[in-house]
Amino acid sequence: MTTARNIGLAIEDLSVYYGNFRVLKNVTLQIPSNKVTALIGPSGSGKSTLLRCFNRMNDLIPSARIEGKVYFGENNIYAAGVDPTEVRSRIGMVFQKPNPFPKSIFENVAFGLRINGYRGDMNEAVERALHVAALWDEVKDRLNDGALTLSGGQQQRLCIARAIAVEPEVILMDEPASALDPIATLAIEGLMRDLSREYTILVVTHNMQQAARVSDETAFLMMDDDRAGYLVEHGETQQIFTNPVDERTEAYITGRFG
Amino acid sequence: MDRSDWTKRFNPKISTRRIWGQIWYSLFLLAILIGVIGLTILIIRILVQGIPWLSITFLTEFPSRFPERAGMKSAIFGSIWIIGLTAVFTVPVGVGAAIYLEEYARKNWIYRIVEINVANLAGVPSIVYGLLGLAVFVQLLSLGRSVVAGALTMSLLVLPIVIITSREAIRSVPSTYREAAYGLGATQFQVVKSIVIPQALPGIMTGTILALSRAIGEAAPIIAISALVFLTFVPSHPLDQFTVMPIQIYNWVARPQEDFRGIAAAGIVVLLVVLLSMNAIAIIIRNKTQKRSEE
Repeated sequence: MTTARNIGLAIEDLSVYYGNFRVLKNVTLQIPSNKVTALIGPSGSGKSTLLRCFNRMNDLIPSARIEGKVYFGENNIYAAGVDPTEVRSRIGMVFQKPNPFPKSIFENVAFGLRINGYRGDMNEAVERALHVAALWDEVKDRLNDGALTLSGGQQQRLCIARAIAVEPEVILMDEPASALDPIATLAIEGLMRDLSREYTILVVTHNMQQAARVSDETAFLMMDDDRAGYLVEHGETQQIFTNPVDERTEAYITGRFG
Repeated sequence: MDRSDWTKRFNPKISTRRIWGQIWYSLFLLAILIGVIGLTILIIRILVQGIPWLSITFLTEFPSRFPERAGMKSAIFGSIWIIGLTAVFTVPVGVGAAIYLEEYARKNWIYRIVEINVANLAGVPSIVYGLLGLAVFVQLLSLGRSVVAGALTMSLLVLPIVIITSREAIRSVPSTYREAAYGLGATQFQVVKSIVIPQALPGIMTGTILALSRAIGEAAPIIAISALVFLTFVPSHPLDQFTVMPIQIYNWVARPQEDFRGIAAAGIVVLLVVLLSMNAIAIIIRNKTQKRSEE
């Protein structure tokens, strides 16, 4: 199904505004492919906004405006003529709160396949996605049950399966475990590790331990009095957590603020 | 703090406060009783007067100047025609307008003007719509005093209600569903078609049924369009003349003979049964949706 992918993501001098309010300023960052990159930082530092730039979800907010470039492989996804619909089918997203559609388990996974005109065997594709999301064994006998009958952790894995089904190259995760209990959180974290073999994963998290456990690289954002988020430091997770270059990074990861 | 001189600093007047509470409680109870008792008396009176006159022939006969032979067949069929056509006109236009306003329209000053006007139109007296219908549909468009002219007028009357309730239903679809669908690469129309409308449909249907049940009880706009009350045929096509139940009832009430009071009461019973059934359907749909969303 998948071959080795090398397409990474890169942003160049990115600023984001909501109306006249600048939420992100001059961020430049490279995201390696087939790795897990964590975005950490205090509330309001623009982590989620940054994440949503990668699949143009900010387009849905009428007042949002973007300056700078976001490269997916060779292509600037904000260039004229790029269809955000296509971007989103190649860069999937998992949200903070599990948000399965109020449809059956099967239909949740099949939804993305249908809207993107999948030509293969629907049953097979749904089963494959559920396997990858480590949910198949739990739901194989109840595929026609409502997705909302699942537990929170199962719902979030269903959302991951739904995102995987359309065969994206990148998966964006916006605090995917923040609404889950510790056991369900561990399951999601294990899944992220497994998925990073085939997908580029970008995860926003408030949880330092989680960032340390799951990510290969970590980017630290924060904001000053103008409340515009900016990138402080980016590097291998090991280095960021043991030997950060910037003292603000150290202060944050040791829990002195944020 | 020392409790001994508490009564010097406070004057709790507990019994007075309790009496005030009782008085207000009684007033609120009285308020609801006035409504309930008034309605009950009204309904009992109507039933007592009307039930002796209710029979199958009352439903299958045309109006007559002899009370024992009078029926409301033409009015029942007229009402069915009006409601049916009104639904055909209102649902696509009303729901379409609601989808446009909620999902597509840019939220600028034009949007706000339209929004305010739709809300205001819902409060315009129905006779105004009747006169508008008379001028535009009956005369200008030469539709005559026909079923279609009546239905178009009723459509104008209930359209704001359908738009407002449909918008509420669409707005209550959680934005997380929309985001999830967009995140999978859905186009705006795919999101509307596959996520928003299926989720909003029960709410839209409930609102539409309630709007139509308002239309079925309206007499004023139809009086302006078609003052016919003594119709001895059933409309067979949209350009036929017609009458509706509220007008028929009004005509019977206005007659001097005592027996026609009973006939009118029987007519009211029929109208109420139809109205309550429509509301019951709306409630059943609403309850079914609630169950589904709690799953």
